[in-house]
Amino acid sequence: MDHGDVRTSVPNLYGDWVQKFGSLWSGHIQVAQGKLGKAITKVEMPPQALTDVPIVHVALDSWEAAVKLFQSDPGLEYDFLADYTAIDESPRVPRFEIVLNLFSTRHHARVRLKTSVEENQEAPTLISLWPGANWAEREIWDMFGIAFKGHPDLRRILMDQRWKGHPLRKDYPLRGYQFFPTPETIDPKLLES
Amino acid sequence: MEKSIPEDISRLGIPHTSQISVEHDPDDLWDDSRLIVNIGPTHPAMHGAFRLMAKLNGETIEQCYAEFGYTHRAKEKLGENRTYHQFIVYTDRLNYCSAILNNVVYSMSVERLMGIDVPERCVWIRMMCCEIARVMDHLICIGINAVDLGAFTYFLYGFHQREEAYTLIEKLCGARLTTSYTRVGGLMHDAPEGWETECKEWVKKTRKVVEEMDRLLTGNRIWHKRTKGVGVFTKEDCLKYSFTGPSARAAGLDIDLRRDQPCMFYRDMEFDVPIAQNGDVFDRYAVRMEEIRQSLNIIQQCADRIKPGPIWSEDKRTRIPDKQVVFNTMEGMIHHFKFFMTGFDVPEGEAYTAFEGGNGEIGFYIVSKGAPRAHRMRIRGPSFWHYQGLEPMVKGELIGDLVASLGSINVIAGEIDR
Repeated sequence: MDHGDVRTSVPNLYGDWVQKFGSLWSGHIQVAQGKLGKAITKVEMPPQALTDVPIVHVALDSWEAAVKLFQSDPGLEYDFLADYTAIDESPRVPRFEIVLNLFSTRHHARVRLKTSVEENQEAPTLISLWPGANWAEREIWDMFGIAFKGHPDLRRILMDQRWKGHPLRKDYPLRGYQFFPTPETIDPKLLES
Repeated sequence: MEKSIPEDISRLGIPHTSQISVEHDPDDLWDDSRLIVNIGPTHPAMHGAFRLMAKLNGETIEQCYAEFGYTHRAKEKLGENRTYHQFIVYTDRLNYCSAILNNVVYSMSVERLMGIDVPERCVWIRMMCCEIARVMDHLICIGINAVDLGAFTYFLYGFHQREEAYTLIEKLCGARLTTSYTRVGGLMHDAPEGWETECKEWVKKTRKVVEEMDRLLTGNRIWHKRTKGVGVFTKEDCLKYSFTGPSARAAGLDIDLRRDQPCMFYRDMEFDVPIAQNGDVFDRYAVRMEEIRQSLNIIQQCADRIKPGPIWSEDKRTRIPDKQVVFNTMEGMIHHFKFFMTGFDVPEGEAYTAFEGGNGEIGFYIVSKGAPRAHRMRIRGPSFWHYQGLEPMVKGELIGDLVASLGSINVIAGEIDR
């Protein structure tokens, strides 16, 4: 039996995005490819690839420039950081994938940017583009152990500061509990302005 | 005149206060002394298990930082270790003020990955649930915000209507708070007979109550003085800190995913998206008030158009067999066990599905590798991003206004900690 999937999308309930944004997306990706050249390693477009919006894979060394281009280049303007996360793709090398889900407040389209990070490799921080990326990067550090170069305050965010390991890595056990009988104390250093 | 310095101190080499030249700051009332205050994690004004550490100069917050994670239950990790069906219950515990809305968004995101279209009646019920959940969310937000600033009666007006709404939800699924009502490709039960009429009556009553609440508080001078110009977050700040929902619309960021990225039958609905300009606590309150009225309009329109019909999609992969079939046929029994023991496979692919929740954009980013369990289950809750904006929002404001600002952005611990 032929079942539909993400490629065919759900026309009535979520709108056919390929039909709605298809030409807009290909125009944007052409602009980005023209400006970034070989920094864009791969582009996955929705009707062929298994995704809802285009995925633009960017090399790590030009990650910040590429995100900045998508954020503020006139015409592209994916200016809203909808989501910022990572995926553990082990045993693949490079191990991690950093994922940005961007939304445009102007033309209401979405796009996804990805870059690959190896274990123990640092990724550039995006706080200069969106100050709100601060906590998201702390969460990625907490959950996956990807460090961000230039982050002003890279502490754990959801887990205790004394926690060992990074829970969302695939090799971390589901019941890897750790107990701390005492609460964390206030750190006066964080209150110095 | 030179002061005599006690001998024992001068011997120790410690300079006396008269010997230190401190540049005097005339605005510094407390002579350079600061108080560090710890608020939370179980403080009544914090609305959940968060903690906020603030350095105060008199009553002014000079610097603060937030801490949370007290109710962290590793939902994203569980999403990778539970089947898609088993994960539905975890979505209740995200934003527990509008649990049913989270259920709908989650089911929608899995259906989108599988390419399933649900029948019309199912969509209408889901839409009504979403809007009822939004009204409940807004009622509790503005009610609690008013309680924190001393208007207790106001809160009770809203809370009564919220309980009535919970009764409507209870009629659907038997639970009031943790609903788990939707299923991938359908619903747990059909709505009982006459549910739409009851919804219409509730809408009528709630309209009256909202008008009453409006008269009680919106023109109140004390309320104006406590909220206008407090906790200002501009449109630019909203973009920088990824604010969505009513908090962003109060600052003039005109984004509503129901209108701008329509799903379900929102395209056919008539409703307005209220926006304000100042981005202070009062504007957030006013936007929420108007949104309640618009949501009530949507519920009314849905209740007018809903018709009897099937609630399950015909897709055999996700259809839970009826109990009649399970207990009377061999195939039904096998199907039942296969469904609940191993789950259904979701085809390979990834999608980020977002919807306008009560507080803002609630999204599920699911990466599937073709197994009954997700490869990555990312939950994007609006409160995580809103709580981050609290630090710049309250810096330089009074400690009493912190409570007003925190209540107005309506952060929910379950959604931050996940």
